[in-house]
This record gives sequence, structure tokens and C-alpha cells, in this order.
Amino acid sequence: MLEKSLKGNLGYWAWVLFLLGIIGVGVICYIVQYNYGLGATGMSRDVTWGIYISQFTFLVGVAAGGLMLVLPYYLHHYKDFARITILGEFMAIASVAMCMLFIMADLGQPMRALNVVLHPTPNSMLFYDMIVLSGYLFLNVVCGWVVLHSEYKGIKYPNWVKPFIYISIPWAVSIHTVTAFLYCGLPGRHFWLTAILAPRFLASAFAAGPCLLMVIALIMKRTTKFDIGRVAQDKLVTIIGYAALLNFFFLGCEIFVAYYSTIPGHMHTLDYLYFGLADHATGQVYNNLVPFMLSSVVMGFAGIGLIFVSRYLKSDPLLALSCLLIFVSFWIDKGLGLVLGGFVPNGLEQITEYVPTFVELGITAGVWATGFFIITVLYKIAISVKLENEKTA
Amino acid sequence: MDSSRRKFLKIAGITAVAGIGAPSALNMLMKQEVQASSAGDGHGAQPAAHGGEGGHGAAPVGKRYGMVIDAVKFHENPGMAEKCIEACHSYYNVPDFGNKKDEIKWLWQVPFTNAFPGDESHYKKDDRTHAMQFMVLCNHCDNPPCVRACPTKATFKNADGMVMMDFHRCIGCRFCMAACPYGARSFNWRDPRGSKDGVPFIKKVNPEFPTRMRGVVEKCSFCDLRVKRGLIPLCVEATGDSKAMVFGDLNDPNSEISQVLKARFTIQRKPSLGTMPSVFYII
Repeated sequence: MLEKSLKGNLGYWAWVLFLLGIIGVGVICYIVQYNYGLGATGMSRDVTWGIYISQFTFLVGVAAGGLMLVLPYYLHHYKDFARITILGEFMAIASVAMCMLFIMADLGQPMRALNVVLHPTPNSMLFYDMIVLSGYLFLNVVCGWVVLHSEYKGIKYPNWVKPFIYISIPWAVSIHTVTAFLYCGLPGRHFWLTAILAPRFLASAFAAGPCLLMVIALIMKRTTKFDIGRVAQDKLVTIIGYAALLNFFFLGCEIFVAYYSTIPGHMHTLDYLYFGLADHATGQVYNNLVPFMLSSVVMGFAGIGLIFVSRYLKSDPLLALSCLLIFVSFWIDKGLGLVLGGFVPNGLEQITEYVPTFVELGITAGVWATGFFIITVLYKIAISVKLENEKTA
Repeated sequence: MDSSRRKFLKIAGITAVAGIGAPSALNMLMKQEVQASSAGDGHGAQPAAHGGEGGHGAAPVGKRYGMVIDAVKFHENPGMAEKCIEACHSYYNVPDFGNKKDEIKWLWQVPFTNAFPGDESHYKKDDRTHAMQFMVLCNHCDNPPCVRACPTKATFKNADGMVMMDFHRCIGCRFCMAACPYGARSFNWRDPRGSKDGVPFIKKVNPEFPTRMRGVVEKCSFCDLRVKRGLIPLCVEATGDSKAMVFGDLNDPNSEISQVLKARFTIQRKPSLGTMPSVFYII
């Protein structure tokens, strides 16, 4: 089946080459970082996790978001999703792969990564995160590949894969829950210390994952003959819309709790993210994330509004735009603000701001390009198989 | 796919999975065996190591080391704090990179609001507290969040209640740094054994304690190796007879530290988090 990825038009190969180029840049940047140490990044004693871990957190969400495509089809026999479940599973594979790469990029001693397996520590949430992430990767590889391969051979998928499909559904919830538990179980980090963190993660995941998938599907609709269909599109709009609204509802809950209780620790990070936070001693105001966070809110609400308008107008370009707006909005919210914000102020109520370096951005771009490379190859295979089947059918 | 190839792939797959899982399973089993055997011969068991687990209540048996820092004495003796920091950092080969971003510190001074955020009512009370600097270091908590977070047991609590670092096991994930509410931990963002413009980051290497490699976390060790030899921590030693720092066993009612804690009002950093720090402050 893999040979399907080796046949493509000029546009396909140009895109693959472009991705490989960025991956190359990422590799070079990683060599620089590996030789110098993580000091090559913008991270510091106070902001100890930067863009790697925040991308990781966001991408776990994208991976979990695949659930929204798998669940309706396999649990509710929603036939209109028959063509897109495989896309959800393959997107999950690419996302988990990116997550693992980001974790590796973030380790100070990457050669010792296996210590997590050699010295298993069940009291650490990272131990469980390793289990759920690798498990989810395994489940999606098995389910996605076996189901597609059966389709390729023109038969129904074998029964033994069904339990794996059913397990993968709660498993998707578990990956993002455990990822939230990495943060929300830490005493002294008020911004993260909230029981609503896992639900909020899931809400944003269930919007961001399908958003990315929708954008890719709309691109494929233009560049290939593969069309997921109006009904599936409309259904996805409902899913994205509700999930995105839920995310903002949860954010609103956080804001209420902080500003109605007026407990300083609860307000500090929100102040920093949305308004700017002044240092106790010097009075200097720190606010380098404020423009991002405010545009995240604006883009998110604009996206939610527009996505329903696009369905009403049956406009694909508008749908793509609104999905992109929601995706970017949630990427900023979780892929920047959530992780970076948690470190401001630090445990001694001092403020250090974080700015990524070029090396760091290069590695980040390289990992994203790797993810898109995986998605490209897998989707190429999937739609080739599907289109061929439909031709012969 | 013919059946023999399929069979081969099945067996290969199962073998691969087993191969990945086996070392850790074996490891766990072996550890249990070691624990069982040491409990059997009667002297290896360390009840104190588990005494504090479950998180509530101080370790009831064995030693639990703690420290009282008299901020007033430090305030009255300018220069003493710097001497303590120098004694610590020079012995433990703590590098100085000359910038805040890469900074590594085990022991340092901050104003009241930074040492005790959330206790700002004191802030308005008196000028003296406001002007004082407070020595901060690893609290060697009885219920340490860093130990809970570490995915490799590279940071762990020893039998005497000290929170330790294994520099050789640390993978540099910095989960412990996110978990520590006191900012006590530092990371080697770059090679501490290096130099810049001919000036080494470690001015004079002390061969008695290993230098670290880049990519691992480090912090105050409560001078565990000195304490094992019956000595007191270097910072405490540097305060001389001033009694600005008192170190000892919190579980021994007759120890000097227990007497001080009985006689004086002390505060701790962020006690509301339930970490149960072992460092106390007289203000």
C-alpha cells in the first residue's frame, strides 16, 4: 500500500520537497542545540518549559481530536463519516509523532530518555503520559492501517481489530486528561492548579483537531478528487462549533473564579496573559504575550461566528477561513499561553519573560514539518485507496 | 500475504513488544527482591524512608534534618550571607555564567515578599522586615512535589528526609522545576565545565565534589555527605557562632534545632501547600 505515496503530480512532490527542506533546517538547528545544550533556547531558570512543551501539549489535543471523527462512525454508525475516520486516525498518528519529537527536543539528556522505562516511576504523571501516548500511537497505527488495508483489498476489516477501535475511543480522552494532569497536579502553580484543566484541554482538542482536518480536507477537495461530502462537512461544523464554545465557556469560568475571588495567585497569570503584570519591586509591566492572547480571543469568537455563517452560505472558502481562525486561536491559547503563562510569575513572584530563539523556532518548524510530512504520506495513501475503490465500485 | 509470512510477522511483533517491556518488568521484580531480602536480614530495612509517605505528618521515626534561619541575625551581620553562599557555591562547583538566563544557584537571598509571597500583610508592618533579605534554598520538604513529579527517580528522598539528586539518572525533563513551589532548582542550560573568553564558569574546581554535565537539574543537597560524616552543612558552618543558622534532627526533641523551634516563633515558606518544608525562619 505504501507505494501509493510514491505516485503523485508535480504539486505533490514540490510540497514533499518543501517539507523535507524544513525538516533539514530543523535537523541542523537540533545539532546546534545538541552541541551547545538547551541554553540555545530562550528558556531560563524561571521559565523552564518553552515552545517545545507547549507545542507538545497542543498537539496531544490535535491527536485526541481525531476521536470526534472516529466516535460517531464506530459507536453511532454515523455512515457519513465513513470516509473521514481514517483521516482522523492518521492525523492522530502524525500528531503523536510530533508530540514525541517535541519531548525529545526538550530533554536535557535525550540519550537517557529510556530511563523513564528503565526506572518506571508510577507516582510521576510523565510515566503515565508515556504509556498513554505510545499506546495511542500503537492503537491508531493498528486500527488505521488494518482498516485501510482491508479496504485496499476490497474486504471488510477483520473482527479482531474491533476491540482496538473501541479501546482507542476512551484512550483518546485519556491522553489529553493525563497531559492536563502533568500541569494541574503541581502545587504552587496557581494558573494550572484547576480541576477544569482537563475538560478545557478536551474541549479545545475537540475543536482544534477537526479544524485542522477540515482545512486539509478542503485543500484536498481542490487539489484531488477526494471530497468528504457536504453532510460530513456540516456535521463537523456542529462539532467544532460546540467544542469551541465549550472551550470559551471554560475559560470564562477560570476568569470568573480568579477575578471574583480576587485571590492574588489566581489572578496573576491571567493578568499577565491578558493585561500585563507589574513587578512588585520595580513596577515594570511585563506583557509580551498580551497581543497574542487578545488576538486568540478575537480570532476564536470570529471563527465560531463565521463557521456557522459558512454553513448557512455553503461557502467552502469561508469554512476554511473560520477553521483556520479557530485553530490558530486555540494554538495560541494552548500552544503558547497555557504553558508559558504558568511560569509567570515564578515561585518567588518574580517575573521573567520568555522569547524563543531562532534555533528553537527552527527545531519547532522542523517537527511540525515532520508531522505534515507524515500526514501528507498517509493521506496520500488513504485517498488513493479510497478513490481507486470508488472507481472500481 | 501467505500464511507463513504472516505467522513470522506475528511472532516478530510479539517478540519486539516483549523485548521492550521485559527490562522494566524485570527491573521492578528485581527491586522487590532486593527489598525483600534486605528486610529479611534485619538491618537493611529503612522504616524512615517510608515513614513520611502518604504525605501527612512528619516522619515519625528515624532522623529528619531541618534548618532554622534567623533572618534578624543575618540582617545584623552584613556580609555573613554572602560568606555562606560563597562557602556553598565554591565547594559544590556551582558555575557562574554571568547572566540571569543560565543562572544556577543553590542558596541565595531575596526580600520578604519574594520569599513569602501571599504573606504580604507583613509587608506593611515594619520597615525592618521590609529591608531584610532572606536566605532561600531547597526546603527538603517532607512531602516533596519534585520527587512526586520526577519520572526516573533521579530526585528522591533519602532516609534522613533529605531530597537528593542523582545527576547521572536525570534526563533533564525539568518536571521537578515546574513542580517545586520554591524555585529551588536550577538546570544546566549549557556546559558548566566550559568557559567564556578564557574565564571558566567554575572559578576553581573543587575535586571533592563532582562537576555536573549539561542538561541535568541540580539544587542544594543539605550537605548530605558532610552530615553523614557528622559535620554540619557548609552554610551553617560559615555563620560561625552567630547562631544565624541552626541545623539538626527535627525528630530528636533534645536537638538544638528542636529547642530553638520550641522557644521561638518561626515561619515557613508556603506551608499552605502541604509540602511540609524543613527550613524555618525567625523574622
